[in-house]
Amino acid sequence: MAKPKSAYSIPTKKGKLDTHIFVVWVDNEAGVLARVVGLFSGRGYNIESLAVAEVDATKNISRITIVTTGTPQVIDQIKLQLKKLVPVHKVADFKREDKKVIFKEMALLKVVGNKKKIEKTLKACKSFNPVILDKTKKSVVIQITALRREIDKMSKKLKPFGLTSTSRTGAIAMTRGAEVFR
Amino acid sequence: MSKLYTGAEIVFKCLEDQDVEFIFGYPGGAVLPIYDELKNHSSIKHILVRHEQGAGHAAEGYARSSGKPGIVLVTSGPGATNVVTALTDAYMDSIPLVCISGQVPTHLIGTDAFQECDTTGITRPCTKHNWLVKDIKDLSKILHEAFRVATTGRPGPVLVDIPKDIQFAKTNYFKPKNEKKINGKIHNKFSQDEINDLIGLISNAKKPVIYSGGGVINSGPKASEALREFVRLTGFPITSTLQGLGAFPGDDNQFIGMLGMHGTYEANNAMHDCDLLINIGARFDDRITGKIDEFSPKSKKVHIDIDPSSINKIIKVDLAIVGDVNEVLKSAIKKINKKQNGSKISNKQKISKWWEQIQKWRTKNSLGYINSNKTIKPQYAVQRLYELTKNKDTFITTEVGQHQMWAAQHYKFNKPNRWMTSGGLGTMGYGLPAAVGVQIAHPDKLVIDIAGEASVLMTMQEMSTAVQYNLPIKIFVLNNQYMGMVRQWQELLHEKNYSESYSEALPDFVKLAEAYGCKGIKADNPEDLDIKIKEMVDYNGPVIFDCQVDPNENCFPMIPSGKPHNQMILGPNDKKENKISAKGKALV
Repeated sequence: MAKPKSAYSIPTKKGKLDTHIFVVWVDNEAGVLARVVGLFSGRGYNIESLAVAEVDATKNISRITIVTTGTPQVIDQIKLQLKKLVPVHKVADFKREDKKVIFKEMALLKVVGNKKKIEKTLKACKSFNPVILDKTKKSVVIQITALRREIDKMSKKLKPFGLTSTSRTGAIAMTRGAEVFR
Repeated sequence: MSKLYTGAEIVFKCLEDQDVEFIFGYPGGAVLPIYDELKNHSSIKHILVRHEQGAGHAAEGYARSSGKPGIVLVTSGPGATNVVTALTDAYMDSIPLVCISGQVPTHLIGTDAFQECDTTGITRPCTKHNWLVKDIKDLSKILHEAFRVATTGRPGPVLVDIPKDIQFAKTNYFKPKNEKKINGKIHNKFSQDEINDLIGLISNAKKPVIYSGGGVINSGPKASEALREFVRLTGFPITSTLQGLGAFPGDDNQFIGMLGMHGTYEANNAMHDCDLLINIGARFDDRITGKIDEFSPKSKKVHIDIDPSSINKIIKVDLAIVGDVNEVLKSAIKKINKKQNGSKISNKQKISKWWEQIQKWRTKNSLGYINSNKTIKPQYAVQRLYELTKNKDTFITTEVGQHQMWAAQHYKFNKPNRWMTSGGLGTMGYGLPAAVGVQIAHPDKLVIDIAGEASVLMTMQEMSTAVQYNLPIKIFVLNNQYMGMVRQWQELLHEKNYSESYSEALPDFVKLAEAYGCKGIKADNPEDLDIKIKEMVDYNGPVIFDCQVDPNENCFPMIPSGKPHNQMILGPNDKKENKISAKGKALV
């Protein structure tokens, strides 16, 4: 096929896709999540995970953490577009590889199976701060906290042991050390 | 305890404190309390349109020509959805609008009540911000904030949705606060280092070009003055986007015409071959850039814009200056003056060869066309209209299509705010209501909508508005019986399969004019054109001018899809075949 020809902005050179984590501080008001999410869907950006909750009840501030992928140009646009939204106070953007930032995701895992399988499950979860929230003779609900990809792996690994349902929070992030993002 | 006001009263108190003179609107059930209050506020005049889209475009015309925000008042449900096109149009072209919409009472929201719709949900992507007022105590604060958001930074439309019970509820009124620093959404903190870098690039350039846009108009008349001074000081050639026309005089020798898809040969070639590109208040729109990969390949690029998200969005630039155009230019001019007194190096000598090249391109006369003494050529009609109205301070609006491009090419603008056109969204039906708004803002000026017969029929009902308020707008219809731009693309891309682009049953525009109670004029002969244009201009009242033009004329020059700036088609004189690839076709 001939070289793609267009008078329009079709990316012929596709840049490398990076995974970034955006942390967005917003006024906790009606519709604010729709504004942020609508920005992503309207401009064709991708959301891998989303976590949101109020973090400051007196100032009415919510913190939204979004994991997304895009070319450096797209990542730049996401940040600038987010900053334009009226209820957005500040936007932080971290590369997933960034060593100065802690990323964590929590998951609840329900495993249904015999004693042996449950034991195997608990052993497999060992390095991810497992907390047993509920246990019966045939089942267990475990809470683990880990990186996204670790939880991905665990979901696969636990399938043969009787993993029946998984509930995940989406990644949240915080910088290491005494520094606070302004 | 101060006096308590109803929501409807608060709306008007806010409008008064924001110095609003005109509202463009249409009543309905959910805004009746506000309409009821109208009679108590003599400083605010309501203009009753015939369709809410017309209200939005009229407010856009008002805003674009006056520099003040346009105010729209509509009811819930269909009132709000009808205004969506105009809001989107204003969003794309950065026009400040404040739209107030009625909503069903708070307790009925979410119940699919009569004339209910999720107005804030629907308008979220086409406004800078919107608000649903759920508590009467928030109303005055929200309305003042709405004006602030609409008019500051990169301007744009906002919407405030007010449920009917809130319009009846009572509370205190708060005046707008005189705040100076605003929430970090305004970006005007460029540094002197950036200005120094700009001056450095300017003094090293051998083939520079300035590309200015609508941001100069939005920055106010002072920005246009600064731009003129900047261009004179540097001696650089300047081209303009569709929205930027008028910021720099169109008949000045340093102006090399509009650029982009239907821009001049000299402007597009200068963009392609330059070594320094200074973008002032424009956004590298796809109608401007042509093929991105081959856009201005040899140049250093500077981008001056108030919106940080415009920087590097489409084209990566070497120097970005985020700030108000006027401030940045003033700062740059100061620096240049200082420098030129110190050293004698003048750019003007360095770039003399570049100007010679530009003169060569100019000799192509890319806006040329083959005139006829039998049929009126649309380009000729626009040229005659220009010649016969250029001595008046004329305001031009347009619809969207071929006529719009011919107007941009052949009507020369010497002042900002005289040119109102739908560039970003490309809304057919924009021009007539926009002319209504322009005439409201400038009652004694000549306002002409250069229209196409297909576009103008989309909002033709607003003639009734023009008649009601004695607005002497002139609707100059270049009638070629086709959706001309659609027909042109079909000719070039789809083997002349003119699928649905011919209007079989057009109205008799003269009779239509008479039916609305205004004057109709028809011209079908080049000989009579001047006399008839004069008749139109001299008539004290609204006119629909049916200018019957050659139906087969195409708009040239043009950059065909899939081609960069330096591969333009040059009209009937250009024999070279310029084939458009199959891939290019898909991307129109």
